[in-house]
Amino acid sequence: MTIKSNMIATGDLFPSEPRRGRVATFVRRHPTIVAGGGILFLMVLIAVFAQWIATIDPDKIAPIKRNREPTAEFWFGTDMLGRDLFSRVVYGARVSLLVGFAVAVCATFLGLVTGLAAGAYRRLDMVIMRLMDGLMSVPPILLAIALMAAVGGSVFNVILAISIAEFPRMSRLVRGLVLSIREQAYIDGAIASGSSMPKIIVKHILPNTLGPIMVQATYICSAAMITEAALSFIGAGTPPSIPSWGGIMNEGRMLWQIKPYIILFPAVFLSLTVLAVNLLGDGLRDALDPRAASRI
Amino acid sequence: MPILNVSELRTHFRGERGPVRAVENVSFTLESGETIAIVGESGSGKSVTSLSIMRLLAGGRARSSGRIEFLGRDILSLGEAEMRKIRGNEIGMIFQEPMTSLNPVLTIGRQIAETLILHQHLSRAQARARAIEMLRLVDIPAAEQRIDEYPHQLSGGMRQRVMIAMALACEPKLLIADEPTTALDVTIQAQVLELMADLQKRTGTAIILITHDLGVVADVADRVIVMYAGRTVEEATTKDLFLHPLHPYTRGLLATIAKLGSSLDDNAASRLTEIPGQVPSLHESIPGCAFASRCPLVTDLCRHTAPSFEAVEPDHKVACHHVERRLQA
Amino acid sequence: MTMETPVLELRNLQKHYFLRPDFWGRPTATVHAMDDVSLSLKRGETLSIVGESGCGKSTLGKTIVRLQDPTGGEFLLNGERADTLQGAALKAFRARVQIVFQDPFSSLNPRMSVRETLAEPLVNFGLAASRADIDAKIATLLDMVGLPRDATNRYPHQFSGGQRQRIAIARALAPNPDVIVCDEAVSALDVSVKAQIVNLLGDIQKETGLALIFISHDLAIVEHLTHRVAVMYLGHVVEEGARREIFGAAAHPYTRALISAVPNPTVEEKKPRILLKGDVPSPLAPPSGCRFHTRCAFATDRCRAEVPRLRKIGGDHAVACHYDFSADGVLIQHAH
Repeated sequence: MTIKSNMIATGDLFPSEPRRGRVATFVRRHPTIVAGGGILFLMVLIAVFAQWIATIDPDKIAPIKRNREPTAEFWFGTDMLGRDLFSRVVYGARVSLLVGFAVAVCATFLGLVTGLAAGAYRRLDMVIMRLMDGLMSVPPILLAIALMAAVGGSVFNVILAISIAEFPRMSRLVRGLVLSIREQAYIDGAIASGSSMPKIIVKHILPNTLGPIMVQATYICSAAMITEAALSFIGAGTPPSIPSWGGIMNEGRMLWQIKPYIILFPAVFLSLTVLAVNLLGDGLRDALDPRAASRI
Repeated sequence: MPILNVSELRTHFRGERGPVRAVENVSFTLESGETIAIVGESGSGKSVTSLSIMRLLAGGRARSSGRIEFLGRDILSLGEAEMRKIRGNEIGMIFQEPMTSLNPVLTIGRQIAETLILHQHLSRAQARARAIEMLRLVDIPAAEQRIDEYPHQLSGGMRQRVMIAMALACEPKLLIADEPTTALDVTIQAQVLELMADLQKRTGTAIILITHDLGVVADVADRVIVMYAGRTVEEATTKDLFLHPLHPYTRGLLATIAKLGSSLDDNAASRLTEIPGQVPSLHESIPGCAFASRCPLVTDLCRHTAPSFEAVEPDHKVACHHVERRLQA
Repeated sequence: MTMETPVLELRNLQKHYFLRPDFWGRPTATVHAMDDVSLSLKRGETLSIVGESGCGKSTLGKTIVRLQDPTGGEFLLNGERADTLQGAALKAFRARVQIVFQDPFSSLNPRMSVRETLAEPLVNFGLAASRADIDAKIATLLDMVGLPRDATNRYPHQFSGGQRQRIAIARALAPNPDVIVCDEAVSALDVSVKAQIVNLLGDIQKETGLALIFISHDLAIVEHLTHRVAVMYLGHVVEEGARREIFGAAAHPYTRALISAVPNPTVEEKKPRILLKGDVPSPLAPPSGCRFHTRCAFATDRCRAEVPRLRKIGGDHAVACHYDFSADGVLIQHAH
């Protein structure tokens, strides 16, 4: 018996890629997560260590040093009360991030509870969804302004107001997810295995909704930061005693034609933070997309 | 001259964990008016082969090498503009799921007419008349009314007929049918297969039929190519393949399928013959025969050296080191 | 002669879906998914339900595992009414009747390990006393379905289609049920894997005396593994009988056409195919009389007007057709 030669052309049509470490692979695959996460992490550091980063007490009024242009002493200049803008912007990160994260958590929680209930129990569905329709028929910013007018300005109330304005979106998303997951055969399998409805919600439905919910939460976070800034800008948000980006912009409004930097610096920080959160959300969406996950 | 001559076609995908070798060295020729079936299980590379011929694989993630000669032109070296002139005009294609391959917001008549206007440069009126003619050809009742309906208004069988009408509207030299009847019920499948055979007789179109169903193959194919893990393991005329399969995989496949009439045959085995094990992952580079891990005849030679795909008889090729043993037996 | 109580008995079971409610919530359309289905299943027996899409076979399967409630008729498990059970009694029923679905990719929760998936029925039905007990029972189940014991901590995506279907079968076997409904359980699998699963189901039935309802459109597989067959068309059972009666001496024109339409993988001389015209009519407006009359070559005025009842034509063979046919399918003119 002769051994037949192997005539098959071999070798791969794709050049083998250089072996990278885990970190390098992650960066290459998810650049938006890395960029967004990086900027956001930087903002969090600024907010947490504001005390040490800020050069001057942000509330210190110095009438003689009013309306200074940016210098070595006042990096971002001073406002019309002579307060150091750099320090105020640094402290302002605290309010923005606190409101953004807290609203994301609160709205997600409210949205999860209502959405799961509406998706799982048909009787509640009508009531909850009509309620959400009602809330969503008012633009979130108007709803937040109305709520703030009713309860008065404090950071807690800002979080509450924006959460109420934002959570119907999450509720709808969760309900939609529940309805589509309910159609999966493994839910029928769980029913046949004797699981009760609450158990099915917690063990089978909830874990499979987490990906899209996380993505939506990041969008709520960025929307909340913008809404907070808007509320503070029109004076319906955090009290003026607490430095916030919207508040600083409000204070700089009257001088914006001659001293545009007063508005510029907090605006850049706000945009950058919102951009970072959105990048993170987009990156998560791509990474968690089941179609992307099934890529060979 | 053959219509299609595929030689040493290889298609790889860029995977997250290295290349996926979906098609490794597939060669075959197809004559005018002939039906060749490519059979295999999932992951055998049968669909990727057809998509490679149509050049329908996304550029960045997939790469093909080898030669695909269609009427003397090398498809792999054509520009995208030239390729568009071939697709839907000289090569027609039918997919498994007619619902997703038809545009839901256009009437079926419009969809058939579009290809005719694009490729055959017919006027709107001419294209519509030809579309009605095509619908009649595929046995759609009341074609004049049906032509203005949307895909969702038709049953699954009707939609597949529309797909066939669309694929054949420009009188292609070659029709690629990728699991055309898999989503259909058996009685509808019988209608559609009958229709395809009938149309082929009339138009002389060559057909590549991609399927996993050996029953369909036995009914309609002139020749069969059996694929396993991206490689061709056997090629023969349909009759030869079913009566004298040579490759252990082909023999296993034929033995494993349940055949109608088993309850009337007292000698029929109570168990189906199994092919033990699993299809190997396409991520791994397999140095030897792809079937070695499941083959009853396996030797060390099979594990280390890939067998070449050679003709052992005229019109019967097989890739197995032990084919002599088979022939002697 | 003692009559053995059937494990499962369906009496005139009916399932209609009510669609498109008007302003007052009253349905304006009704899907006649399953009508007047009476069947019975003995211990250790396999009854196959065959037919094309829309014939009601999956509705039948979902109804008898109580994933949906019938709109008429009744069914009994071991001689006791099961279609009206609620609460604890329903839960006890679920342990007795299990189901394996078609798609092994959607029938397992992607976020639950094999251990969690198999522990679920054991815990819910109170069949395991301790962690160690659960582990021991899971090991036995994995042995039964031919999976390695180290599979417990892996997740569905780490398995092939055939292996996932083994996990789904193990989940169905966990409460040691009397009946398993296999709803197209091997249809999505590759041929070489299909044989493995079909053999596995046969082995398990021999070992445990389990009764199987095998819902499938694949007649060759059905013929291979079943004891009895019920053929459905548009919600009606048109023919029912022992395997040899159905595949060797089919009496209903639809059964004959269905069997003849199956492409057989052989190049030997074949019988001419009976081609049915047209499509299955919509179950929203099923035809009057015999539901098959719109596609039947032998249809008469009587077929269009009168619904044929299922009548016995042999020891274990019944057909719902007004007419008789000779062995080679020629109409014998006498009406019942």
